[in-house]
Amino acid sequence: MIRGGFWAMGGYARFVWPSIGFAVAVLLWNIWSARRHHARALVRVRRAIQMARSEES
Amino acid sequence: MWRWFHRLASPPHLYRTAGALTPWFAFAAAILIGYGLVDGLAFAPPDYQQGDAFRIIYVHAPSAWLSLFGYTAMAVAGAIALIWRIKVGYAVAAAAAPIGASFTLSALVTGSLWGRPMWGTYWAWDPRLTSELILLFLYFGVISLRKAFEDPGRGDRASALLGIVGVVNVPIVHFSVYWWNSLHQGGTVMRLGKPEMPGSMLWPLLAMLAGFMCFFGAVLCVRVRAEILTRERQSTWVREVVAA
Repeated sequence: MIRGGFWAMGGYARFVWPSIGFAVAVLLWNIWSARRHHARALVRVRRAIQMARSEES
Repeated sequence: MWRWFHRLASPPHLYRTAGALTPWFAFAAAILIGYGLVDGLAFAPPDYQQGDAFRIIYVHAPSAWLSLFGYTAMAVAGAIALIWRIKVGYAVAAAAAPIGASFTLSALVTGSLWGRPMWGTYWAWDPRLTSELILLFLYFGVISLRKAFEDPGRGDRASALLGIVGVVNVPIVHFSVYWWNSLHQGGTVMRLGKPEMPGSMLWPLLAMLAGFMCFFGAVLCVRVRAEILTRERQSTWVREVVAA
């Protein structure tokens, strides 16, 4: 049940919330990092295609 | 089975399969983690000994589980690549390493924050904590070794070998609480027989474990696609996919 002292976590707030925060930050970093990795890979492929085209011409 | 395995070893097939699986994994992860966090933090009863501090388990246990699962997945992918010379194995191993390392760090930090109110210290050179720290260093070693060679093929092989050798640490992490005297509690969910938790605490934990696994699957798929694009960028099929 959500209690009045939900945010206080029975006196353990300074340990519980930073733990949750850190884990959520790790989840968000993973999403951001994977997307950036994929975007960079696409840029590399496009650059390779452009180089191949310029060599052909 | 073997036919499916061989098809998955083809980079274009794995690229398409990973792309198709990503939204499903991501959707399942969002639902499960959302439910697990709300139920675990707001509705599960406090522990009779640890009070509300026990709620750290809802992020600590899934992080620790993924740290071991990620390493095992990375080592198995590396072994498949080395033994059967299946190149996408290296791509999967390279993709799994940073995800596993991040969850190992998460397990150490959340465990440390849990340890302070329960043990009176953020850190102790306890068998479980020390072997988990070694796991993090193994991840760093595997990631660094891959980048240490000018020839990417040699980097892949060397890091796969280190990954396989280091997998011996996975059972050490898991069984350390049984083999040695440890401050860390024993298994709560992953044990033979009945779990020690009541259902009101257990269901959100199982949801978080499943959610983190789906999250791992989603992020791994995106990273594997990126690795395949980078490694196969000279291939005609990659150029067709990107140009389309």
